[in-house]
Amino acid sequence: MKTQHGISEQLLAKGSPSLWLLLAFLLIYPAISNDFFTFQIGAYSLILGTISLSLMMLAGYGGMVSLAQLTVAGLAGYLMAIFGENSVGVMGFGWPWWVTSVWAIFLAALFSAFIGAISVRTEGIYTIMITLAIAVAFYFFVRQNYVLFNGWTGYAGIEPPTILGIYWRNPVPFYFLSLAVAALFCGAVVYCSRSTFGLALQAIRDNPRRMRSLGYNVALHRVIAYFLSGIIAATAGVLLVWFNGRISPGSVSVGVVIDILVIAVLGGLRHPIGPFIGAIAFVLLENFAIDLIDRERFNTVIGLVFLLVVLYSPDGLLGLWGKIRMRMMNSGKTGPNETRGEIGSKSADSIETS
Amino acid sequence: MQRFLNKHPTWAVFILLAAALLAWLVFSVWPEWLIDLIGRKKTFVHTLINGLTLGGLYFLVASGFTLIFGLMRNVNLAHGTMYLLGAYIGYEVAEFSNNWFLGLIAAFIAVGLSGMLMQLFVFRRMEGDDLRQTLVTIAISIIAADLMLAIWTGTTYQFTPPEWLFGSVTLPIVSVIKSSGEAVYLKYPLYRLAVLVLSMIVGIALWLFLNRTRAGMMIRAGVNDREMLSASGVNVQLVFMLVFAVGAGLAGLAGVVGGTALSIAPGEDIRYLLASLVVVIVGGLGSITGAAIGALIIGLAEQFGLAYFPTYGVVITFLIMVMVLAIRPQGIMGK
Repeated sequence: MKTQHGISEQLLAKGSPSLWLLLAFLLIYPAISNDFFTFQIGAYSLILGTISLSLMMLAGYGGMVSLAQLTVAGLAGYLMAIFGENSVGVMGFGWPWWVTSVWAIFLAALFSAFIGAISVRTEGIYTIMITLAIAVAFYFFVRQNYVLFNGWTGYAGIEPPTILGIYWRNPVPFYFLSLAVAALFCGAVVYCSRSTFGLALQAIRDNPRRMRSLGYNVALHRVIAYFLSGIIAATAGVLLVWFNGRISPGSVSVGVVIDILVIAVLGGLRHPIGPFIGAIAFVLLENFAIDLIDRERFNTVIGLVFLLVVLYSPDGLLGLWGKIRMRMMNSGKTGPNETRGEIGSKSADSIETS
Repeated sequence: MQRFLNKHPTWAVFILLAAALLAWLVFSVWPEWLIDLIGRKKTFVHTLINGLTLGGLYFLVASGFTLIFGLMRNVNLAHGTMYLLGAYIGYEVAEFSNNWFLGLIAAFIAVGLSGMLMQLFVFRRMEGDDLRQTLVTIAISIIAADLMLAIWTGTTYQFTPPEWLFGSVTLPIVSVIKSSGEAVYLKYPLYRLAVLVLSMIVGIALWLFLNRTRAGMMIRAGVNDREMLSASGVNVQLVFMLVFAVGAGLAGLAGVVGGTALSIAPGEDIRYLLASLVVVIVGGLGSITGAAIGALIIGLAEQFGLAYFPTYGVVITFLIMVMVLAIRPQGIMGK
C-alpha cells in the first residue's frame, strides 16, 4: 500500500524534515500573520480541510464518494444549537458545552453510519447519487421544518465556551484549536489506514468480491468507515458552527455540499494532506478571486478550476505536484525513478470502484 | 396481465382492492365519519390529482436522466441545470415570438444540442470512467448555474401559456352534496391536466421510439451490450449522441412545462435534480418504466406529504427512498 501514496508519503514520512518544517510553520503561523489571516484564512481552511478529510478517508481508502459529509457536519452544528445555547429562543436546552459537543458529535456520527448503512448495499456511482439525494433532502427538510430546525432562519448565537480564562473564538486560540483537531484527525487517518481495519477497507475498495469470499464482512467494514468519518466531519462541524456563530439551511445547501467535494478533489484524494491543500487553495480563491473578477462570479471560477483539475489532473494539486517533481527528478537522472513513476501513475485508477 | 395474475395472485388481489378503494374514494360522496377522519374530500382529490400531475412532470425530467444512464452509464448530475436552461430558453423564445409552443420546441432543441455537444467534447474523452464523468457534470452544473444567474438574475419568471390552456375545467367528480340536494362538482386547472396528458404522450412516444424503431433497437442493444453493438457495425458514438440529445432535450422540454405549471427561478435546478435522483433510485436506474413508477410514487408522496404533514413532507420522500434501498437496492424495476 505504501506505493499508493507515492511522493507525498515519502515527504511526510515519520521524522522527515519536511514534516517538521510544516509543523513548525503551522505553529508560528499566527505570529507572522494578522487576525484576518489567522482566523478567516487559517482556521477556516483547517475546518473545511477537516470536513474534506472525512470525505477523503471514505473516498480514498474506501472507494465511497459520499456527498453527505457536510450534511453530517451541519447536523452536528444544528445539534449544538438545539442542545446547547442559542440566541433565537427556539429549542436550546442549555446543556454544558462538553456534554453538548460530545453528544452532538456522537449523534451526527450515528447519522453518518445510517447513511452508510443505506448506501453500502449499492456500489460505485450509486453512492454519489444516494448521498447527494440525502444531502439535498436534508437541506429541504431543515428549510421547511420550524419545530426542530427553526426553518429558514436557522439558529444564531452559538458560542464556544470560555475555558482557562481564554475565549476560544478569539483568532489565535481558535486557530490552535482547529489546528489541534485537524492534526489529530490527520494523524488518526494515517494511523487507521495502516491498521488491520484500514488495510481491509482498502482491500475492499480494490476488490469487494474477493474480500467477501475471504470471509470479511464488507458491509460492516464500510458502515464502520462511515461512522469514523462521521466523527471527523461532526467534530469539524462543531468547530464550523463556533466559527460562524450561527447555522441555517444555507450552511447545508447543495452549493456548500459540492464545495467540500471540490476541495477534496482539488487537493487530491490520495493522502490525508490533500484535502487541506485543497482547502487552502479554495479559501484563498474565495477571498482573493474578487480582486480579479466580480465577486458574484466566484462560482464560475471555482467551477472552472474544478473542471480543469478533473480533466487534466485527476489526482488534484497533490498529483500535479508529484508529476512535476517526478519530471524534474527524471530529467536529472534516469533509472529506478522511472519505475516508481509508473507505479504512481497506475495507482491513479484505484479510486474508481469496480 | 394474465401472467402477472398467475404469478402473483395475492399481489393482484391486493392491487385490485386498492384500485377499488381509490375509485370509491374519488367518485363517491364521502360519509361524515370519513370526513372526520381524514378531512374534506376536496383536499383529498385535489392532492391526488396534484400528485399525479407532479408525477407526470417528474417523469418528463427523470426519463431523460435514466435514458442517458441506461446506455452510457453516465450519471448526469447537470440534469437539473438542463431543466432550468430549458425553462429560460423557452421563456425567452416564447416571449419573443409570443408563441408558447415555439418556446417548448426551442427548449427541446436547444438543450438537446447542448447535451450533444457535452457528449461530443467532454464525455467521449473519458468513456467508462464514471466517477470522473460525474465530477465533470458537477463542475458543469456549478458553472452553468452561475452563468444563468448572471444572465437571468435571481428574478422569478412566469410563462403565459396559450389562452385555451388557461382556466379550469369541471371534473365529473362530486365533491359534496349541498343541503338543497344540489351536487357540487370539483374544478381543476386545465393546464395541469394537460401536463399529465403530455407526460403520458411523451411516455408512449418514448416507448414506441425504443421498441418500434431501428434507432430504438440499437439503443436497447447498446444497453445490453455496448461492445457487441459496435462490433456489429453500428456507429456507437452516433447513437450516444442521439440518446444524449433526446435525454437532455426532455429535460429542456420539462423545463418549459414545469416552469409554466409553477415558475422559473434559480434553485429550481436543484429541486429537479433531487426529484430525478430519487425517482430513478426508487424506480431503478436505466429503466423507463421504472422512471414512470418512481415518478408517480414520488409525485404522490410529495403532494400528500405537503397536504397532510406540512413540515415533514420531505421526510416521506426520504423514507420511501430508504425503504426501497433496504428491500430492493437496485430499485423497483432495476436489474
